[in-house]
Amino acid sequence: MSQPILLRERPPSARTLLMNGIFGENPVFRLALSLCPAVAVTTTVANGIMLGVAVLLVQVLSSVTVALTRRGIHPRVRIPVYTIIIAVWVSAIDMVLAGFFPSLYAQVGLYVKLIVAFAIIISRLEVFASRMPLIPTFWDGLGMGLGFLFALIVIGVFRELLGSGAILGYAVVPEKPLLFFALPAGGFFSIGLLMAFFNMIERWRNGGKARASGGGGGHGHG
Amino acid sequence: MATVDRPRGTRRLRRLSQRFSLWIVVLAGIVLLVAGVASAATAASATSAAPAADADGGFIRGARILAPDHLRLQLAGPVSALDRANFRLTDDRAPDVPIDIRDVVAEPGNKILLTVGERLDPSAAYRIEMRDPAASRAVRPAPWALLLTVVLSSALINNFVFTRYLGLCIFFGVSKKRDTAVGMGITFSIVMILSAMISWALFSLVMVPLQIRFLQILIFIGVVAFLVQALDTILKKTHRSLHQKWGVYLMLITTNCIILAVPLLNAAADSGPAESFALALGSGIGFAIALFLMSCAREKLELARVPVAFQGLPIAFTLAGLFALAFMGFSGLSFLR
Repeated sequence: MSQPILLRERPPSARTLLMNGIFGENPVFRLALSLCPAVAVTTTVANGIMLGVAVLLVQVLSSVTVALTRRGIHPRVRIPVYTIIIAVWVSAIDMVLAGFFPSLYAQVGLYVKLIVAFAIIISRLEVFASRMPLIPTFWDGLGMGLGFLFALIVIGVFRELLGSGAILGYAVVPEKPLLFFALPAGGFFSIGLLMAFFNMIERWRNGGKARASGGGGGHGHG
Repeated sequence: MATVDRPRGTRRLRRLSQRFSLWIVVLAGIVLLVAGVASAATAASATSAAPAADADGGFIRGARILAPDHLRLQLAGPVSALDRANFRLTDDRAPDVPIDIRDVVAEPGNKILLTVGERLDPSAAYRIEMRDPAASRAVRPAPWALLLTVVLSSALINNFVFTRYLGLCIFFGVSKKRDTAVGMGITFSIVMILSAMISWALFSLVMVPLQIRFLQILIFIGVVAFLVQALDTILKKTHRSLHQKWGVYLMLITTNCIILAVPLLNAAADSGPAESFALALGSGIGFAIALFLMSCAREKLELARVPVAFQGLPIAFTLAGLFALAFMGFSGLSFLR
């Protein structure tokens, strides 16, 4: 990666922002943010898509709201204001999902409510939406949301395929290859394996040098 | 120090009391709150149950669920009619539908063993009735057993970190050193209990009567943010050393999903004060245990040669997976049988 997006002079283009959200700064695999739901709901692809769409909507809507109102928000109270904005949109999305998809909602309902505590959303508001005009903010929110959705689908496919031999409920493999991956413990293993995989790809792309900054392993050893 | 000329014991006592006074106040507050609410609740339930009290018990001295399909009755005297039709068992959630009784066996000491056609839930409430001699009795778990089971379940069986995957960001961020893990665990448990009790009070005393349940997300996150900020300010003014040691963790707590999940779960289940307290206590203990175990393992991991691609978070996740696997062994623990 060259320069961090925010240090550039002009607002970046929509394509850059979308790609940045999905690959360059993927919330789950690269930034290692908001992992709780990523492990929790990805036992099946359908659950992952449900939560991913919820996060996408909340991210875009609250980013846009902050971008529109940022001149009216005093910097000293910005964090509480952002929290309230997110909480309002989460409540709205929560009610919509509970109304239209009751059976799926019964499984992931708690995690939809907990979107309000996701680090990824508030950090995007703080880092991006509070400084940029409306249009780039929209694309950034969309990119981050799509990146999250993408990560959830990848983990969901991995776990559902290995755990129950199916994708989206349709049987692909006749038997259940590794039931372990559908269990709670399997979620941790799948994320660990996928993260290591993404780290490995990153290393190959950088010609075997050390990991690029902010990689999935950035939390650990220096 | 003004206390230099005092005897050493007094000084130590004073310093100890200064250091812990805030926690003592906090704990006393919790205990008072719980005791007050619990006594009010039991008083309310006692008055509502009073008319049925004489119908309860009588000939049937005790009833206990032994296994999912076995119910044992302790009777006051011998009974002649060991007939299935003599007994009627109903679930309190569906009092009109009798549960099929397969077999009635007399046991020594005026005991009777009933075999039932359904799986009985040891935590649910049932009612057993007898026709000859006429008697009836509620079959429900002892309150202490129920509460202990809630604590045990939320701490070990359904550990919030290892089986519900909540609070992972904090979990992986803080579990690198044992000292920070212990500090975070203790601070978190205290704040968790406080916020769960405040949220419960707000929910059942304000939000339900006003019918603003749909605002629960907004209000609960407000409670957490307010509580953390208030504790931080109080600690900074009264206990500067404590604040220096544990203030960092306080601020981190706001981003922990567990602290929001517990009030939401309590609200969804319409829990009473005692159950809310038990769930909060159990989840706090569970989080502290998880942090401590993980920090011990990760300190050892510093010395291990980890493959480059796995360094950092990937190996930590794999480690957490092993712990989760071990915690699956706790399933089935219960105080209800």
